[in-house]
Amino acid sequence: MDQLYGYFLYGLSLLTFGGIYAMLTLGLNIQLGFTGLFNAGIAGFFVVGAYVSAILSTAESERHLGGFDWPIPASLVAAMLVSAVIGWAVARISIRLRADYLAIATLGIAEILRLTFKNETDLTNGARGVSYIPKPYENMPEPWNQILMAAVVLAIVAVLYFLLERARKSPWGRVMSAIRENEGSARAAGKDVDRLRVQAFVVGAAMMGLGGGMMAHYLKFIDPNAADPTTATFLVFVMLIVGGSGNNKGAILGAILMWTIWSATEIFTSMLPGDLAIRSAYVRVFLIGLMLQIMLQKFPDGLLPEKRLQSSDSR
Amino acid sequence: MIDFINFYLIPGIVLGSIYALGAIGITLTFGILRFANFAHGEMMTLGAYLTLTMMWLTGWHPLVLLPVAMVLLALVAVGVDQVFYRPFRNSPAVVVVIASFGLMLMIRSVTQFSWGAQLQAFVPGIQRPTIFFDVLRLQPKHIIIITSAIVLMGIVHYLLTHTRIGKAMRAMSDSPELARLTGIDTELVIKATWILGAATAAAAGVFLAFDSHVSTMMGFQILLPTFAAAIVGGIGRPYGAMAGGLLIGITEELSSYPWIGDVPLLSPGYKAGVSFAIMVAVLIWRPSGLFRGRVF
Repeated sequence: MDQLYGYFLYGLSLLTFGGIYAMLTLGLNIQLGFTGLFNAGIAGFFVVGAYVSAILSTAESERHLGGFDWPIPASLVAAMLVSAVIGWAVARISIRLRADYLAIATLGIAEILRLTFKNETDLTNGARGVSYIPKPYENMPEPWNQILMAAVVLAIVAVLYFLLERARKSPWGRVMSAIRENEGSARAAGKDVDRLRVQAFVVGAAMMGLGGGMMAHYLKFIDPNAADPTTATFLVFVMLIVGGSGNNKGAILGAILMWTIWSATEIFTSMLPGDLAIRSAYVRVFLIGLMLQIMLQKFPDGLLPEKRLQSSDSR
Repeated sequence: MIDFINFYLIPGIVLGSIYALGAIGITLTFGILRFANFAHGEMMTLGAYLTLTMMWLTGWHPLVLLPVAMVLLALVAVGVDQVFYRPFRNSPAVVVVIASFGLMLMIRSVTQFSWGAQLQAFVPGIQRPTIFFDVLRLQPKHIIIITSAIVLMGIVHYLLTHTRIGKAMRAMSDSPELARLTGIDTELVIKATWILGAATAAAAGVFLAFDSHVSTMMGFQILLPTFAAAIVGGIGRPYGAMAGGLLIGITEELSSYPWIGDVPLLSPGYKAGVSFAIMVAVLIWRPSGLFRGRVF
């Protein structure tokens, strides 16, 4: 019975992490999937959201800026706003760049944000990070605190999904895929392509900030390593490609599925003895990379391919 | 003044030579295969580890082993291209770049698995600098890196201007359609590109390791300045990459010189941001780079 209870809690943690990653993949889906914007700086917006929400909601501490004691929902909204503003600034500078250049530029911005959080020790406690971040429902008895946390995360994902599906079918969403498919003709049809691209980038960045904030509250701790591009940027890409770029359901499925694989393989590798356990951790990263290659070559549309809109879908 | 040369300018030139060598490969793959290769940093890392392993086996100097590492890395690059890049020859750049993300993760995990994540060094201990004219401090390793980099860039220059395949590479970088029409074997040119890119990447990795240490993240850490060097120089312009590399390396080091007062102008922690700032400025005001490269 105890074992079953353990599995239950583990399943909840998979859903919570997977749900938080789903916020990132949904954000990337607006940028890459709908509009074709190649944002390789997910980690940057993620870590901004995490720090903003952490610092605004945490009690006063000598080690970092704080003492605002905001309620968590308010700090999460602030995290989204700050990420959105940074996303807007980034987009203003780099939105005209072609795909590859945009990827390099956004990767660079994420790196600068990580350096800032690491070096500005007065504000962020540097490499030692911000701890004692409040967690929703942490005073409830177990397992209710875990259940409620997972429920809140999944509810947010559900709301985002609903809004994004509405957006996708709206004229706004249709212009977005027009820009991705043929920028020239979208421009010729009189659409303000640059402005619409900035909008898509900002909305995506805000969702990544929200994901970062949720992660900070869930883990109760955040440090600059959260901006590690492997787990915060490239894993999100793999999730979206596996799930199906351009499909919101696919983005959510990819996040939860890939997080489950990522997490479950850790259980196997940690059972190996000593040095082998450390080294086989790298095998997991290899498999993630290989999986990405196989999907790209054999199933480029992902598990749930994008559904092209028919004229009967529009309202 | 002499401190400026010893502790800022010379390290800047050393770093710049390393960036320049790395940027040659980036700019060639960008110009000829039309995508930003994010796995290039890991190729540099792999080159350094291959050399380190051969040093353990033979005890020879890394510079002697560098040509062997270049050949091995070139084989890896051509093999990787056949399996992971060739299926995407006609795909949009986005797909190929995502494939290079995957390769970056794969190559890095192979090096981490094979050699462990801890730091290693080519030469243990601290090297004493040689002092010239009483004041000029030059470390032997710095002299070796700068001279070898100059020799290698000379070889790259010769290959690109005086050999048939080098000329074909430049033609394809300028206009792939026209190159194909004139009967250039594009797959052969692509192979040559990977070989040249891998050889220079091996050199960049070995020199970087020679200058500091060997670690599994070393290549990724200099990926951004290397991209910046390629973009600043102009995509598809190997000479631009060399100039861009030197420019970025020297600016990075000089940014922490106490130009005003006694404190560093920019905290050394933000060094990586300098290359990025230069790159963004170039992308906005002169997207073709200093040497009028291609804009995609």
